Amino acid sequence: MNKVMSNKWMILLYMSPALLLVGVLIFIPLILSGYYGLMEWDGIGEMKFIGLENYIRGLQDGMFWTSVWHSTLLALFSTLSLILYLAVSLVLASKIKGAGLLRKIYLIPMLLSSVAIAQLWIKVYNPSNGILNWILMRVGVENPPSWLADPNIVLYAIFLPIVWQYAGFYILIYYAALKNIPETVIEAARIDGASPLQIALKIKLPLIREVILVTVVLAVVGSLKYFDLIYVMTNGGPNGASEVMASYMYKLAFSVNDFGYGSAIGFLMLIITLIATLFIRKATSSDEKLQY
Amino acid sequence: MGYLKALTATGATAMVLMLGACSGGEDESASAGEGNEGEKKVEFMHLWPEGNSAQHHRVVEEIISDFEAENEGVSVDVEVLSNEQYKDKVKVLSSSDELPDVGMTWAAGYLEPYVSGEKFAPLDDMLDDGLREQFVEGTTEGYEIDGQTYGLPLELNTANVYYNKAIFDEYGLEPPETLEEFNSVVDTLNENGVPPVALGNGDSWTGSMWYMYLADRLGGSQLLTEAIESGDFNKPELIQAAEEVQNLVDNDTFMQGANGLSDQEAKSSFMNEQAAMYLIATWDLPNYTTNEDVPQEFRDSVGYFKFPTVDGEGDMDSYVGGPGVGMFVAENSDVKEEAKAFTKFFVEEWGERAVTDVGIIPATKIDPESLDLPQMYVDVLNDLNSASNITLYADVQMSADAADVHLNQIQALFGGEVTPEEFTEAHTEVLEGE
Repeated sequence: MNKVMSNKWMILLYMSPALLLVGVLIFIPLILSGYYGLMEWDGIGEMKFIGLENYIRGLQDGMFWTSVWHSTLLALFSTLSLILYLAVSLVLASKIKGAGLLRKIYLIPMLLSSVAIAQLWIKVYNPSNGILNWILMRVGVENPPSWLADPNIVLYAIFLPIVWQYAGFYILIYYAALKNIPETVIEAARIDGASPLQIALKIKLPLIREVILVTVVLAVVGSLKYFDLIYVMTNGGPNGASEVMASYMYKLAFSVNDFGYGSAIGFLMLIITLIATLFIRKATSSDEKLQY
Repeated sequence: MGYLKALTATGATAMVLMLGACSGGEDESASAGEGNEGEKKVEFMHLWPEGNSAQHHRVVEEIISDFEAENEGVSVDVEVLSNEQYKDKVKVLSSSDELPDVGMTWAAGYLEPYVSGEKFAPLDDMLDDGLREQFVEGTTEGYEIDGQTYGLPLELNTANVYYNKAIFDEYGLEPPETLEEFNSVVDTLNENGVPPVALGNGDSWTGSMWYMYLADRLGGSQLLTEAIESGDFNKPELIQAAEEVQNLVDNDTFMQGANGLSDQEAKSSFMNEQAAMYLIATWDLPNYTTNEDVPQEFRDSVGYFKFPTVDGEGDMDSYVGGPGVGMFVAENSDVKEEAKAFTKFFVEEWGERAVTDVGIIPATKIDPESLDLPQMYVDVLNDLNSASNITLYADVQMSADAADVHLNQIQALFGGEVTPEEFTEAHTEVLEGE
């Protein structure tokens, strides 16, 4: 085996399938979309080189910054909801009755396709027939809001199913990490007289710190490029009140027929996501590795 | 470790084989134009999948097999996608110059980039060859750019207000003829807790039709079209129409949360008899006449009225509507002759079958007397014959850029986020820039 691995050609050969796939499916389109961003192009006819005009237009476009703000809100919201997921996982991992069943239940939304989830929540939110307003009216709310029509609440109304959709995924990650903590460490803490809360905060959380950091990055990046539910539920409407970066990019490229500008927005989105990722890594990096 | 190595090796071989298979596929499709033994293949893409447009789908299949039977040596290769996927795919195909030989397109604004990119073939030679007389007057004009026609329409739609006769009878209401009467109908319905109008303004073209009709009644049938052409929306009647829309909203004319509902949701409230009225174009006629999936009792209880006048102003025979999808022939087709022959055959066959088997109003002339049609069809066809004008949907008339602004502004107008003046100014701004 060592002999094979010392041959650089063999390494290249074994790497090539993955490299080829990543290159063709990710890096080439990435470079191409940056390149299309330099063009005035409706996606159908001739391209015309216009330099950085699309990028400058993007930076001056109020609607783009609105969508950036909405995406940032979503990132903030998903990061905060990690606390909720973590709390649920801590409970699940502490050997309560029915933990296995509960874990499977939390995972169900992740098994549904985004379109199905969107359709489900569109029905929940229906202002006259939806179950949510039905309940609100039963408990005495006179004029329950039209969730997806009110520009002030539509964004949050969509955040809720997004948080629900990803609960299973993060709970699964946290649960696995918590289960990996050696029983002996917890046993020792217990003998020293630590309360369950102290064990959770002082022993368990520091030990899965790395995992938590990874999930923060996943949540932020995932939120910044989020698209599915918003596209199906409101398509960015009403009047842009729920537009996020990805839905705005799609709208420009495919409905407004401005492929060049859409590509430029896509590229700006990539840059924003990269900066956010670097920033989080920087803010949370530390050399000390915790060990007990 | 040994088995792992073997596994990787197999994986790599599989990958190579896969790549080989892919390139093999390329070759095959490249020669599709000629086909085997000199047989010509016309690629045809349409947007009526069996799942949600069973009747359309079946008629298309029948026409194709008739065409193949009549034309030895020509076969038609069909690809079907549903509406939105169809639009996306056609766009991608055209940018890589691989459009099907024959396909579906929409009029005016949608058509433009394809024409300026020289992707669609002009079809005037076919029209001059006797086909023009078969179309209802004015329907092919929507597909005309710089004096040449690039699409042959298959449908013609006009919008009317459909209403539930059972609900109207219950509260002693009559179909209104003026906006005043309409408002009092709305008041009565609201007093009795019935949502008056089903509207899904999440798809804002639905709200756009309300605005268009009000503009038509207030300022005459040419006002909006001229404003879109000249780019000047700063007309008192256009501002007043926007005001009227907001008056309707303030009067609780539309069901709750209309701005967040899709047209589909609005339609189901109308069809579940939860709302009394619904403004929609004639493509929905089958639901109120022949569609067996809809309960007979409901179909019998639906009637329609023309959009009312505003205090006697306006011409009730002027409609919002226009041709729906049409057929294009690709400019770079290898089998253009056959593609054109197929298109001609299709358009000619479509007319009668469309109305009897599919239940839509075709863009070609038909004789309602000779066919056994439900009364509502006969009425609509008669209206069409006496129509003084059909204004093409505003978002179709406009370029994609302007249409996007228009649709957003419509939502903002219904949501009370803009004033009527801001609404028209936003239109002027985007239209003038073109």
